[in-house]
Amino acid sequence: MSPDLIDLSYLLAASLFIIGLKGLTKPRTAVRGNLLSALAMLIAVAATLRHQDIVGVTGLLIAVGIGSFVGTILALKIEMTAMPQLVALFNGLGGGASVLVAGAYLAGKEFSARVASGACFTDVLTATAASGLIGAVTLSGSLVAFAKLQELKFVKDVSFPGQKLLNLFLAVGAIGLGWMLVTQPEHAQAWYWVMACVATGLGILLVISIGGADMPVVIALLNSYSGLAASATGFVLNNNLLIIAGALVGASGLILTRIMCKAMNRSLGAVLFGTMQSGGTSLSDEEVYTSVRSTSADEVAMMLEVSQNVLIVPGYGMAVAQAQHAVRDLTNLLLNRDVDVQFGIHPVAGRMPGHMNVLLAEADIDYERLKEMDEVNSTMDQVDVAIVLGANDVVNPLARTDPNSPIAGMPIIDVDKARTVIVIKRSLSPGFAGIANPLFAADNTLMLFGDGKKAITEITKAFDDA
Amino acid sequence: MLFSILAVQETVAEVDGTVETLAKVVSAVTEAVPQSGGAAHLILLLTVFVLAVFLGIEIITKIPPTLHTPLMSGSNAISGITLVGAVLATGADNGPWATILGFSAIVFATMNVVGGFVVTNRMLAMFRTKK
Repeated sequence: MSPDLIDLSYLLAASLFIIGLKGLTKPRTAVRGNLLSALAMLIAVAATLRHQDIVGVTGLLIAVGIGSFVGTILALKIEMTAMPQLVALFNGLGGGASVLVAGAYLAGKEFSARVASGACFTDVLTATAASGLIGAVTLSGSLVAFAKLQELKFVKDVSFPGQKLLNLFLAVGAIGLGWMLVTQPEHAQAWYWVMACVATGLGILLVISIGGADMPVVIALLNSYSGLAASATGFVLNNNLLIIAGALVGASGLILTRIMCKAMNRSLGAVLFGTMQSGGTSLSDEEVYTSVRSTSADEVAMMLEVSQNVLIVPGYGMAVAQAQHAVRDLTNLLLNRDVDVQFGIHPVAGRMPGHMNVLLAEADIDYERLKEMDEVNSTMDQVDVAIVLGANDVVNPLARTDPNSPIAGMPIIDVDKARTVIVIKRSLSPGFAGIANPLFAADNTLMLFGDGKKAITEITKAFDDA
Repeated sequence: MLFSILAVQETVAEVDGTVETLAKVVSAVTEAVPQSGGAAHLILLLTVFVLAVFLGIEIITKIPPTLHTPLMSGSNAISGITLVGAVLATGADNGPWATILGFSAIVFATMNVVGGFVVTNRMLAMFRTKK
């Protein structure tokens, strides 16, 4: 295949990636969009195999076979609740591939010939350094994120004095080593691998202190990095397709990161450096929880019977309790009795962007019932019963009322403005922000203590019997 | 003494020969591989990159929050495009070290690509509306 024909195939692939992403703007066209992207990838790889420099295809096909097999098994076996981990893992693999490709380029013949010729090619060297640096941070950061989401025991939240300083030191060190690579191409390989090691350490330290509700931001940011790493590899190999595809992914990750940060009213820096404003004037648990009233499943079922509009606000607790199927049963029952059910989804509910939506879709709940925060807030006064299931900080009215609270200014779902609020929760323990929630003690709030799945199942049963 | 001088002369001649051969290889490579050096070329690549970022921002801001998880796993799969680079690095006859690195890169990247597209497809198939 002539180089021109290969480049044209790359152009076709790039176009299909863009059309495929555009398909994702509507649930109806999304499946086709994803298939188009997959087709684009197939075209790109097939065209590359026809490149004149490719001598042995057998080894390549073996590698592709191994990767495809393992990837497919992982993708088919994974539980929907474990989706954040899987995305983190795949992210890391993408970053790792960028590190290896840039490393292989430095070990290759084209590179040594260029060094020997003494030709100036600072641009390619810079791109190689960038590819290795970003790729290594993505790889180690994603693997730490994976371990944390999977709740592997050996990974603990680590924070120690001087951590920010050490991070800064490592970042500057990695960039410095990258600079050495650029200025001393004859020792490029040595500088490259030392730099990759330092960047790996940086990735670990950056993510190890970030936890819980900040995870969506980290995953989105790492997603962006994996795209940027691919783009940098494109600059190394002088390949437009890598540059375009990587830029699309980089943009996607950046936008998601921005949305997540906005939804928590925190700056990206505050998330990355794990600084949480301490709640100086926030009230203690005893002061807040003076008039908490608890309720029973039967009582909730009776309330639902006389309701017209029910709003369910899910949080990470729903994922932990695997309660989505129980929620579906309750929803269907309510709909059969002409009670309208909607879901209010906060942008940072769960551990990754759109986490709740996927779980509810898995349980076969119509996606048109899943509403965004602003939409449910505008009609909150018509809601008879709001059921908060495993969510805490995203419904804490302190965000509106207490300017000194750590979550001050964070947009929340205003369930406290509904007629009655049922909060299903194991205990009164605080959420990620570590502060008490006055919603639990509000006059229109009833607490239903217990496991989310069990509680919903009991309500469903009581409602059905009535 | 004489022998060692002769030996040095031989080595010098050999080195000379190596340099000459190397120079030939380099000029052949330079002719075969389009040079990426030069500011103009770099700016061209940067232009493509910047335009693609803007295009990405335009498209992705239109994607509804409901589809954000599939967007992440799908775009993740796309970032596995490094696979193309991995194939190029491995397939060309570049010596064992580059081949080992490239082979591992292909395994990593295909896992990312194939796994990413399959799991995205699995998720998207669940988004239904009952009409």
